[in-house]
Amino acid sequence: MIEKAFTAQAWNEAIAIIQSEFALAVWETLYVTVLATLIAIVIGLPLGVLLVVGEKNGVLPLPKWLMAFLGAVINILRSVPFLILMILVIPLTRAIVGTSVGTVASIVPLVIAAFPFIARLVESSLREVNPNIIEMAQSTGATPFQIIVKVMIPESVPSLISNATIAITTILGYSAMSGIIGGGGLGKIAINYGYYRYKYLVMFIAVILLVLIVEIFQRIGTKLAVKSDKRLKH
Amino acid sequence: MIEIKNLSKTFAGRSDPNEDVEALKNVNLSIPDGSIYGIIGMSGAGKSTLVRCINMLERPTEGTVIIDGVDMAALSNKDLRAKRKEVTMIFQSFNLLMQRTCLKNICFPLELIGVKKADAERRAMELLEIVGLPDKANAYPAQLSGGQQQRIAIARALATNPKVLLCDEATSALDPKTTHQILELIKEINRNLGITCIVITHQMSVIEEICGRVAILEKGVVVEEGEVADVFAHPKSTAARHLVYPDGGNSEILALREGEQRIRVVFNGAVATERPLIAQLAKELGIEASILGANTKSIGERAYGNMILGIMGSRDDMLRAKEYLESVADVVVEEVTE
Repeated sequence: MIEKAFTAQAWNEAIAIIQSEFALAVWETLYVTVLATLIAIVIGLPLGVLLVVGEKNGVLPLPKWLMAFLGAVINILRSVPFLILMILVIPLTRAIVGTSVGTVASIVPLVIAAFPFIARLVESSLREVNPNIIEMAQSTGATPFQIIVKVMIPESVPSLISNATIAITTILGYSAMSGIIGGGGLGKIAINYGYYRYKYLVMFIAVILLVLIVEIFQRIGTKLAVKSDKRLKH
Repeated sequence: MIEIKNLSKTFAGRSDPNEDVEALKNVNLSIPDGSIYGIIGMSGAGKSTLVRCINMLERPTEGTVIIDGVDMAALSNKDLRAKRKEVTMIFQSFNLLMQRTCLKNICFPLELIGVKKADAERRAMELLEIVGLPDKANAYPAQLSGGQQQRIAIARALATNPKVLLCDEATSALDPKTTHQILELIKEINRNLGITCIVITHQMSVIEEICGRVAILEKGVVVEEGEVADVFAHPKSTAARHLVYPDGGNSEILALREGEQRIRVVFNGAVATERPLIAQLAKELGIEASILGANTKSIGERAYGNMILGIMGSRDDMLRAKEYLESVADVVVEEVTE
C-alpha cells in the first residue's frame, strides 16, 4: 500500500492538492493555534499565578477550599484525553460559537484543553523565582499585587517564554487532531486525504509541514527565551 | 530609638507541640539612633529571626518592637508597608532583581510608592554616585561582582531615605577585602546620613570593625550585651568566649609551667605598625614573653584579635608588662588565671 504512495500519479495528485488547499490549511493551522494559545494564556496565566501566591506561605494566601477547587478543576481537565474533551464540550462550543463544527468552533475545545496546562506551566515558572527576592520585595513594602506584577512575572520571563513555546507546540498538535470534528488546517488534510482516502503522500507532506511549523515555533521561542534572560552574561 | 521588648518567637511544630522551635526567648534590646549595632551569634542562634521581627517579616509570638515610639506589631498591613520605607534591609545574597538593570533595581522601592519615573531615575543616579558605581547604571546584576551587587543593594535600600538599615549577613558571601570595603561604605552611610544600622553577622571581625555596641545571641537568648570593646576585653558568657576566641581561647594551649604568668592581650583596632611590642617588651623592660596562642588580624592599618603571652618571672614582672602593653592605644590586657 505504502509503495503506491510515491507513484507518478500520486505525485501529480498531491501537487494538485497542495496547490489548491495547502496555503489555506497552513493559514488555518497557524491562526487556530495562535489564537487558541493566546486565549488560553489569558485564562491560564492568572490561574497559574493564583496557584503559587494563594498557598499557605504565598504572598496572597487564599482560602484552602478555593485552592483545592482550583487544583481539582485543573487536574480533571488535564486528565481528559483531548479526543474525548472535544466531544464533551460540543454543547459549550455550540453555545459560544453557534456551531460545533468548523475551524472557529475547534478553538473552544483547544482553549479548554490548553488553559489548565498553561496554568501548570505558569505555576512551575513562578516557583523558580528565588524566594529571597520575594522577601526583599516584602521588606521593601510591596503589596501582593506589586510583588506579582513587578517581581514574580518579570523575573520569570525567560522561563515563561520557554513554557509558552511548549504550550504553543502542544496546542499545534491538538489542533491537528481537531480535524476530526471538522476543524480546518493541516490536520484535516492529513486525515481526509491520508486516512480516509489512502493518499499517503498528501498525508506525509501535511505531517512534514506540521513538523516544520513546530520547528519554527521552537526556534523562535528558544531564541526569545535566551535573549530575554539577563542572568546570562552577554 | 529601637526598643525590642520581651520579644519571643516560636515556630509551631508540624503537629506535635513538642516539636515547636523557640527561635527567640524574651529578647530585650535598646538600639540608640544613629548607632551601628551588632547582633552576633552562631548559625541557628536566631539572629535572622530577630532582624526579621524588627520589620515584621516575622510576626513575634510575644513582645513587641517599638521604632521611634511606633509599635511595629500593632500596625495594619498598609501602615506596616509604609513603615518599611523607613526600615530597609540588605541581604547576604544581595537579592537584586536579575531581569532589571542596576538603575531599575534602585528605582524599585520608588516605583512601589508611585514616584515619577524621571524623578526616580534621578534619585537612583545620585545613589549610584554614593555607592561608587555611577558607570553601572545600565548593567545587569549578573554582570557585576558580589561586592558591586551589594553596593547596588545598598543604594536600593537608601532610595526611600530610611532611618534604619538592617544588614542581614550582608558581607557573609564576600571575600575579606570586599567585606572591608562594604563595611566602610556602611560606616560612611551611618556617619554621613545618620542612618541607624543593625548589623547581623556570625563574624566577630565584622563587629570589631564597625559596631559600637553588640548583643550576643545564643539559642534565642541574649547572653551578653555591651560596648564592643568591653565585650572583647572581658567576654563573660561561653558564647562570647567562643566568638572572641574561636580557637578555644587558652584551653588548648600548653599547660601552665612553674613560675609562668599569663596575660591575654586584646587588640581593639590598635595601630599595628607603630612598634614591635613583644620585642620592645624584652628590650626595654627585660621581660621575655613567649606567644602561646594568637588570633589576630589586621584590617587596614589596625590590628584586631587577641594573643596569650606566657611570661617567666614574678607577678610583678607580669604587672609591669601589662602596664607597658596597655600604654598602647586600643590594647587591653587581662590576667589569665584559670
